[in-house]
Amino acid sequence: MTVISPGFRGRPRTSGHRLPPGQYETRDFPVLSAGPTPRVAREDWEFTVTTETGDRYRWTWGDLLSLPAERFTVDLHCVTRWSKFGTSWEGVSLDVLLGTVQSASDYALVSAYGGYTTNLPLADLLNGQAWIAHRYEGADLPAEHGGPARLLVPHLYLWKSAKWVRGIELTARSEPGFWESVGYHDYGDPWREQRYQGD
Amino acid sequence: MTTDAGAPSYQDGNALAGPLSELFTVDLTTALTRCTGCGAAGPLAGLRVYAHAPGLVGRCPGCGQVVLRLVRGPRAAWLDLRGTVALRIPLGS
Repeated sequence: MTVISPGFRGRPRTSGHRLPPGQYETRDFPVLSAGPTPRVAREDWEFTVTTETGDRYRWTWGDLLSLPAERFTVDLHCVTRWSKFGTSWEGVSLDVLLGTVQSASDYALVSAYGGYTTNLPLADLLNGQAWIAHRYEGADLPAEHGGPARLLVPHLYLWKSAKWVRGIELTARSEPGFWESVGYHDYGDPWREQRYQGD
Repeated sequence: MTTDAGAPSYQDGNALAGPLSELFTVDLTTALTRCTGCGAAGPLAGLRVYAHAPGLVGRCPGCGQVVLRLVRGPRAAWLDLRGTVALRIPLGS
């Protein structure tokens, strides 16, 4: 008889989902924040993409809602070691927003209302990997989780998924963001446990 | 844009005492800082510290600017003090 066992060196599995190394599952949705929660009125909200030549693309809240939205369910992995499985969102793919943008840049510096920033390669925002999400579990995204809208890049640690997203600057070089400039990893792949610089 | 005036999600700067004591032999929470944003001066213990985050973030109680950031990794710590003009650290004679 063949016995199939994940073994004690196997990747932990919880409720049928895969857990990256060093993570544990939570059923809550912890609220992490480096500052006070910005309250951004939808009529004042805007999202911009600025290219290396200074060209600026701008979307209002109405513009965002007029674009085709996707519903998607993803697992979230926070660098503080919690993971949350099966979260359901609605938002606009960055493929749609960046599809009209002319740029030769390889990197993106994301900024948020409240001053937070984070950086990642532009390629990680494309090909169905990232969204500007504005609904969570069938309701408007609460401010404490980044509403009116947040970036969601679920294949990287959650600090890359900037809450209260305001814009993206496309740059030729990788420029460290808020946490990347004080020790956190430039890329942040949870499956390779890239928490800190040098990991 | 406004910010949340509800229940505070921060602690006072005394929350920095333990993590900073790993790096410095003096108690830095009594050191005087001057914010590079608004110029307000006060002890580090008076900062608003956001600890539910990947690191500790100390903000000026006057203008909200980040004064201090401290990240503790398994093999190193990172300390950013670019938000303070200087620290006046009380020392014995």
